[in-house]
Amino acid sequence: MLTRRLSLFATLALSFLLVSGAQAADTVRLATTTSTYNSGLLDYLLPKFEEDHPYQIQVIPVGTGKALRLGRDGDVDLVLTHAPAAEKAFVDADYGVEPHGVMYNDFVIVGPSGDPAGIDGGDDATSAFATLAGQGATFISRGDDSGTDKKEKHLWEEAGVTPDFEGFRAAGQGMGEVLKMASELQGYTLTDRGTWLAMKDKLDLKIMVEGDTGLFNPYQVILVNPERYDGLNTQGARALAEWLISDEGQDLIDAFRLNDKALFHASAGEKVDPTSAVHESD
Amino acid sequence: MHELMNTTREALYLLLSLDPALWEIIGVSFRVSLTAILVALPPSLLIALLLARVAFPGRWFAISLVNTFMAVPTVVVGLVLFMLLSRSGPLGELRLLFTQRAMILGQILLAMPVLTAMLHSTLQSIDQRAWETARQLGAGWWQSLWVLLREARFGVIAAVLAAFGRIIAEVGSAVMIGGNIEHFTRTITTAIALETLKGEFAQGLALGLVLLLLALVLNVLLGVMRGRGHQTVSV
Repeated sequence: MLTRRLSLFATLALSFLLVSGAQAADTVRLATTTSTYNSGLLDYLLPKFEEDHPYQIQVIPVGTGKALRLGRDGDVDLVLTHAPAAEKAFVDADYGVEPHGVMYNDFVIVGPSGDPAGIDGGDDATSAFATLAGQGATFISRGDDSGTDKKEKHLWEEAGVTPDFEGFRAAGQGMGEVLKMASELQGYTLTDRGTWLAMKDKLDLKIMVEGDTGLFNPYQVILVNPERYDGLNTQGARALAEWLISDEGQDLIDAFRLNDKALFHASAGEKVDPTSAVHESD
Repeated sequence: MHELMNTTREALYLLLSLDPALWEIIGVSFRVSLTAILVALPPSLLIALLLARVAFPGRWFAISLVNTFMAVPTVVVGLVLFMLLSRSGPLGELRLLFTQRAMILGQILLAMPVLTAMLHSTLQSIDQRAWETARQLGAGWWQSLWVLLREARFGVIAAVLAAFGRIIAEVGSAVMIGGNIEHFTRTITTAIALETLKGEFAQGLALGLVLLLLALVLNVLLGVMRGRGHQTVSV
């Protein structure tokens, strides 16, 4: 009886090992930002990658802070994020290796159509932010350490404002929730264009400021350092990263449309410099 | 493991060094939940009294209904309230969404079924003679009610503690209708969710420890109450 149980247990344990082993070999875990995920880009790209490669990609959408943390802890095989300064620190500390610029997208400032602060139609993000603070306008901030949040903090800094004015609300939630909140409270917010396009039909908001180079947003793909952790699928992660910056991946990124609008601009080969157009500080 | 030890040490340090941001969040949680309990208690008591003492057709169904509401997931309460309070909803004019008042409202809805169900079973188990004796001795309706409640006091406290434990530990409706706004509607549970998202595990763990400690205190109190309650019944 006992031996039967033991052998059953051993069989189960062995089959479990085999299954999980098999899974580890062809699964690649990618941590990315909620805004990338919400845009639908990965749903469009990854099946095309999986067609030609023996890997399955599991996407974990979180804020940039958490994505890099997952990489640091060896919980994922690679990250796709948009916070140059934090990414530079991540690579400098040897948590990540082989960083590559993949693409750009941009941010827009949105607000209620009544535009109580009077910033509509501007093309200078910094002065728009200064006006919002001066007016004490309702402004919903991500406040969650995401790439978008870091971007916003940088814009306040550029505008020479400490964001503690009447009407400033740090929500500590994802882009979708913050947009809903801005719509409900009829306030302003900074959003990536992808989430905005995906949600704008449900919102009582419109674009106020866009097109400023200071609102551009570079994405990098970075492998988690295989020397720090055993059991990472570095081979699969590298295959994905190299495919993203290959001609095929880059053309697909350029061809991606959301509501008939191009969202991302392929930029492989361009170095992402943490002090460049999207200068951003922590 | 090493990481876990470090994080725990950091969390304890944050708590014991009276980190102001941390204690502000704890304050919001307690303020909102205590207010909700205070508002929810009188109507719950009234409903429980009706269910326990007044025979009316469909009473058993009303009791089942209260027990059913106990099982409603907090996110569903959050969603329904969100739809009611939203700008496009019927109560949008009140501008309550993403305020502490909205959170209190949500927690009242979550606390009432727990309070009502537990109060009902307490009041039912109280010796019927308490009420009748009081009435026969010429006590008025209110006085008799007071006698009844004095008899049931341990059950009432147990109900309050259980309901409080439920609403202070829930995250679903708090984040949906409160919005997790810093210095305003950020509570222990919504902050834990956020800090985890940010990868700031020590902050999250410190707040988690507060909830754990609270649960321990509440359960010890409940245990004491139950024991005392039984003693008074058996005497």
